[in-house]
Amino acid sequence: MERIYVFKRFERFWHWAQALLIIGMMITGFEVHGSYSLLGFERAVDWHATMAWALITLWVFAIFWHFTTGEWRQYIPTTDKMVAMVRYYLTGIFTDAPHPFRQTTLRKHNPLQRIAYLFVKLVINPLLWISGLLYLFYASWAGWGLGWLQLEWVALAHTAGAFLMLIFFIVHVYLATAGHTPTAHIKAMVTGWEEVEGESEQQHAATGA
Amino acid sequence: MNTLIHSGWRAACLALCLVAAPVLAEEAAPPAAQKSASAPQEVVAKTGSSTADHGKFEELQREFASGPEVTAACLECHTEAAKQIHTTKHWTWEYQNPVTGQKLGKKNVINNFCTAVSSNQGFCSACHIGYGWKDDNFDFAAEDAVDCLVCHDTTGKYKKIPGLAGHPTYKVMEWPPKSGKFIDPPDLQKVAQNVGPTSRRTCGTCHFYGGGGNAVKHGDLDSSLNQPMRYLDVHMDAKGPNFTCSTCHVSDAHEVSGSRYSPTAADTEGARLPGQRKPGSAPTCRGCHGDAPHPTDAKLNDHTDKLACQTCHIPEFARGPLHTKMSWDWSTAGRLDENGQRIKVKNSAGRVIYDSNKGDFTYDRYAIPDYLWFNGNIEYTLFGDPVDPDEVLEINRFLGGPDDSGSRIWPVKTFTGKQPIDAGLGTLAVAHTAGKDDAAYWGNYDWEKSLTVGMASVGAEYSGELGFVSTTMRWPITHMVAPKDDALRCKDCHRDNGRLAGIDGIYMPGRDRSVLLDTGGGLLALLALAGVLVHGGGRIVAHRLRRK
Repeated sequence: MERIYVFKRFERFWHWAQALLIIGMMITGFEVHGSYSLLGFERAVDWHATMAWALITLWVFAIFWHFTTGEWRQYIPTTDKMVAMVRYYLTGIFTDAPHPFRQTTLRKHNPLQRIAYLFVKLVINPLLWISGLLYLFYASWAGWGLGWLQLEWVALAHTAGAFLMLIFFIVHVYLATAGHTPTAHIKAMVTGWEEVEGESEQQHAATGA
Repeated sequence: MNTLIHSGWRAACLALCLVAAPVLAEEAAPPAAQKSASAPQEVVAKTGSSTADHGKFEELQREFASGPEVTAACLECHTEAAKQIHTTKHWTWEYQNPVTGQKLGKKNVINNFCTAVSSNQGFCSACHIGYGWKDDNFDFAAEDAVDCLVCHDTTGKYKKIPGLAGHPTYKVMEWPPKSGKFIDPPDLQKVAQNVGPTSRRTCGTCHFYGGGGNAVKHGDLDSSLNQPMRYLDVHMDAKGPNFTCSTCHVSDAHEVSGSRYSPTAADTEGARLPGQRKPGSAPTCRGCHGDAPHPTDAKLNDHTDKLACQTCHIPEFARGPLHTKMSWDWSTAGRLDENGQRIKVKNSAGRVIYDSNKGDFTYDRYAIPDYLWFNGNIEYTLFGDPVDPDEVLEINRFLGGPDDSGSRIWPVKTFTGKQPIDAGLGTLAVAHTAGKDDAAYWGNYDWEKSLTVGMASVGAEYSGELGFVSTTMRWPITHMVAPKDDALRCKDCHRDNGRLAGIDGIYMPGRDRSVLLDTGGGLLALLALAGVLVHGGGRIVAHRLRRK
């Protein structure tokens, strides 16, 4: 076993701050939606909006970070080992088969993660952001030439985004336990260090990744 | 810079609060304690701000035998006043709605309270801004028939009594009849010498007592507004801004702005500074507060395209100590006791719930309004319009809807009634109720005679077929504005079965959702959860099996 430094300090901060904000926004958002009563509608709305701005700020930094460090390349989808990953989750994981994917600092996400995170970044987040910002700036629609827009469409798009995020959240949290030990991924997300099989470096050097 | 100004303000406010604390503490005193102090205050206010002391006017240094004599004296200086009054609704009791073309005004509308004016002029004209309107022969061009005092009295001693055709009593008179209570005639000389600006009390002489008594009709206007405390109305708060009616209902040439026949439902002109106010400018909230009146919560401002300010800021009507009437059933009127005498039944709170003259009543206080889309246009059911006795008849219909940008969601009092119709003619009936003759329903209890005379007053012949129809009448709620802490909260509407449950055409978070999306999204989320639990369980089991 070898320890590699996968998640930099900013990345870890971004991940956990985002996790907190998304959990908070789901809790308050579904309350505003009328699914249950917890904080009270008014406080839920206030918190939801406050956390939205915090998340947007965080994302401005995160986007800057992704592009200046070139980390955005980590999300370029690939089919390499995708079938192997699916097979691993379906069978291998139960029989203690070796994990088909070898992590490196340059390839820290397996192909399923890549496609899932890309989907979050390109579909779920924009859906939530655009509909959410429109929701916040409802009074300005006419001034922006969006007078034809219906609040109902925006609200339903936002709700749809919220359900997608909830589903992503459930699966994501579960798969965090699917490392070589149940807590390995979580530890790595906290400390930045992941334990990988020693041969990985060679293998990647060989494939040129 | 801004922060500096803010903290400066905050400090100043804090200082003010400390100074004002003893004054504020007094607010808790019961209203009765304030009553006695009010009249002298008004006199002081009058002589304190006016450049003319009417007590020194030669024209008023004399005895006056009647109201018209006072008016004649007023007109010696105020030469145009009567002509101005003659053009107003206060005088003509007529109004033609420019949008619907309907001829309205008190003269023409049949409501579901006392129903109609035309057959009861001498009685109803106690609230006419004139003297002598007892029948159709009244001269609407007579200048000295204008009643200056009813609006400009500051003594509180000038009262017009129903049945005297708009005159005050000129001799000691038992009122109400057979009550054993007597009222003195007003000292017209003193009243004339003490005229001043209108006040809540003078406007209220009529507007607080609409529908036959204090608080009966509107729900948001009653005598508790004579000296209101802050909780009752933030603007009229007698110890605060102390608005009079005319602070908002600005008048020009005696034409008072504001109308219940064609109200301004959505004022989009924004806040108007004094120089920008046009004569007749609608007395709206936005006229002063503008389009974005919530400085610290922008989300609230997002509501102003759909909601009238009143919807949140007047959370209930009849917010004072008085109950407003909610229903009036004329069909039960006329029940007498074994001696053939009039019956009055009171409820445990001492309010009349049955009167032989009028039928059954119900009351409410802190009543939750109904809410509806309203664009300012109101359609009335007038005399002659067809009536189906099996349907609830809308005396007035507030027009508007969600797709109309000029509409807002308004709070209204819905007054329900049951009132006589001429079933033969299939129209609302005009009843003759008040008077000393033998046809007046009050005292004779004979619909046949009452309706024969009543219908004749509008030029119709009573068919002889009496019927009753259930009715509703809407009253926009716009007075008794609560302090902001008492305004509706988000949750009052943003929930299932909230205040606006019946409002269609808008999406309200917390109230509305797509069942398809919620069910689908929820199911998928549950499936995902079940999936990971099964998968995780499988891993645990597999792990244990391997260890064995």
